[in-house]
Amino acid sequence: MIDILLIIVAIFVLFAWSRALLRFRDQAISLREFIFWTLIWGCAIALTAFRTQLDFLTIVLGIPRPVDVAVYFSIVLLFYLMFRLYVKIESVEQNLTKVVREIALRRKK
Amino acid sequence: MGFTARRPAAKSRITVVIPAYNEEKSIARVVRGLLQHGYTNLIVVDDCSRDATARRARQAGAVVLHHAINLGQGAALKTGIDYALQQGAEIIVTFDADGQHVPEDIPALIEPITHGDVEMTLGSRFLHGRSNVPLMKRFLLKAGILFTWLCSGIRLSDTHNGLRAISRSAAKRMTLRQNRMAHASEIIDEIHRKRIPFKEVPVTIRYTKYSMEKGQSMFNALDIAFRMLVRKLMR
Repeated sequence: MIDILLIIVAIFVLFAWSRALLRFRDQAISLREFIFWTLIWGCAIALTAFRTQLDFLTIVLGIPRPVDVAVYFSIVLLFYLMFRLYVKIESVEQNLTKVVREIALRRKK
Repeated sequence: MGFTARRPAAKSRITVVIPAYNEEKSIARVVRGLLQHGYTNLIVVDDCSRDATARRARQAGAVVLHHAINLGQGAALKTGIDYALQQGAEIIVTFDADGQHVPEDIPALIEPITHGDVEMTLGSRFLHGRSNVPLMKRFLLKAGILFTWLCSGIRLSDTHNGLRAISRSAAKRMTLRQNRMAHASEIIDEIHRKRIPFKEVPVTIRYTKYSMEKGQSMFNALDIAFRMLVRKLMR
């Protein structure tokens, strides 16, 4: 039987991981951060694939309900999105600064 | 290093960079004070002030660069340093526009660089205790010193003091990306990362009602701490 949820999650995780890979290739994040995000997204796939065994996970993690695991995972995801937004804003601000500086210096030449 | 050794720098080879934002009340006095002490290469970077800062600085005798939008003191400082390097400055002195620094301190800042001992000097208001630092300011600065030590591994007697001197080679090596007040912590971080030889030099800070109003608040201090932590994380 086709696991539709696993396919959806896998597509999303692949997309998110590819973003992290691109940022790493652009040297916007370090190798350590890239490994961190690879592990996070790897865990997301693993949790989805073996969700029927989540009862075991709830015991291991000390989280009473399987749904709480998903909530905690969502919080991690939100942090990731915040991180991306911060990187983007910083990048835009740096580009803006370059333009303003260039104009200031050219006007003086 | 930029200097071969043990000869005093001609003042014509020194460029003073003054970032300014809404400083029309003090900028002319600051520029005239520096001119009276023989520093003729003065760059005021007007960070899109809403008042007459640029006009008054120009009238007083400074070269004025203008930011089309307000970016922050760190960005203004970097623009001024870039321009000074383009103009061939051998030593760059950074100086505040609110009148709290005194030109008499500049020779002592420059001397260790011209003698080839270090590539950068940082003004310190606590080294000789000549500055009458208000209590709240003292608390914030001491917290800043501790934070800088934890962040950069450099233990200083003062932090976020805008009076410094930088050799040409050190200025070219430093990568400054913090637009706002966190640039002062970033400079310390860069000294550590690029292994730039430096020394602290005692300077006097004149605290006036005007300069205190322009000073750092507790919120700004937290913002600086946050930005430095993010910088560490993202590097």
